[in-house]
Amino acid sequence: MSFAGLVLDGLLALSLPVLAWRALSARDLYRAVILFITFGVILALAWARLGAPDIALAEAAIGAGITGALLLNTVGGLSRKNDKDDERPDEPTDRVGRPWRTRLAVTVPVTILAGGLAWAVLSFPAPVVDMPSLVGEAVAEGEVSHPVTAVLLDYRSYDTFLEIGVLLLAALCVWSLGLSAVRSTAPEAVSGSPVLAGFVRLLAPAMVVSGVYLLWAGTSQPGGAFQAGAVLGALGVVMVLTGLLVPSLGRGGVVRAGLALGFAVFLLVGVVSMLATGGFLAYPEGFEYGLILAIEFFLTFSIALTLTALFTTVPPREKGGGA
Amino acid sequence: MIPALINAASMFFVVAGAFFFLAGTVGLLRFPDVYTRLHSLTKADNTGLGLMMVGLAIQSGSILVALKMALAWLFVLVSGATAAHLISTTALKSGLRIWRKE
Repeated sequence: MSFAGLVLDGLLALSLPVLAWRALSARDLYRAVILFITFGVILALAWARLGAPDIALAEAAIGAGITGALLLNTVGGLSRKNDKDDERPDEPTDRVGRPWRTRLAVTVPVTILAGGLAWAVLSFPAPVVDMPSLVGEAVAEGEVSHPVTAVLLDYRSYDTFLEIGVLLLAALCVWSLGLSAVRSTAPEAVSGSPVLAGFVRLLAPAMVVSGVYLLWAGTSQPGGAFQAGAVLGALGVVMVLTGLLVPSLGRGGVVRAGLALGFAVFLLVGVVSMLATGGFLAYPEGFEYGLILAIEFFLTFSIALTLTALFTTVPPREKGGGA
Repeated sequence: MIPALINAASMFFVVAGAFFFLAGTVGLLRFPDVYTRLHSLTKADNTGLGLMMVGLAIQSGSILVALKMALAWLFVLVSGATAAHLISTTALKSGLRIWRKE
């Protein structure tokens, strides 16, 4: 490795824990969110340096992008509420004295957990299944030519299945909180801005194309349902922010069906494949490629819709009514 | 002769781009208000990234890769300009005063 590469890796490795600590210890929520987004971007760079462009893409799009936007949305809603209290300090400080009991109550469990994790990693048994060679075989057989997608859907179908389940659950939880619908988080001057409207018009087709491309490319290159869903979901978020989408994206039956579609298709394929081959999500020979692509297609749609739906609500402005 | 020339040109463009990024970062840290900071930030993004893309594009040796880089640069240009416009408009509407020399 070249000297410059070593310096870059060193900087990345050093800045990650520092950023994580600053994000956790920042008293000001807005500052914490900005630090979290920075952490996500640096983490994406680190994944890219480690030769994992799939994870880098997912981290940049979901970890830094969509999560950051959701957190900013929340902080915006909370700070509107706080402004009325007049209790907000002008310049929040990050150095706050905490009693030693609090410090102890945090430090001891965290140390035990870290020790346990370190022990678990160090005492891993030799893997029963030789994953790399299995994946190599599957890729060689030409079902899905990209190793990461092959792992994710051929051998880790369960993980992906549960992930989309978690996403669906998150949307249900947010809905059941009874938050008010987002009107437009931006001030009137911005949401009505012709510049923003023109920008979205310019961006929308490009984002649709790149989303579909990521989905398609996922079978042979870095990409896949979550990355594609994140790009399309980001488009949805931008459209919500500009007020293009809110009136039409309610909570009607169509939206509900769309949210559930990815999970439902995955479940259906799993059950049908169980009836056919005896194993849940054990795809029958010869059908892997088609089934995986079909699942990925519906997953992308549901992921994009879920991410957008998560964005259409804001925290309540005031507790106990009045707003 | 030609490879050496290409390398020299690449080096020039990348270093020039890095200089713009450095100047933009210094401006972001040192300028007095949000408007001037935006000004320095967008300069760095637009020109610095453009110069770096030129340096890397002539190094890639492929028209397709160079076009992709140009496309990425165009998207950064458009989104940077839009974001700067939105931030400055919001700042102005919410009453942030423009810095004036005393």
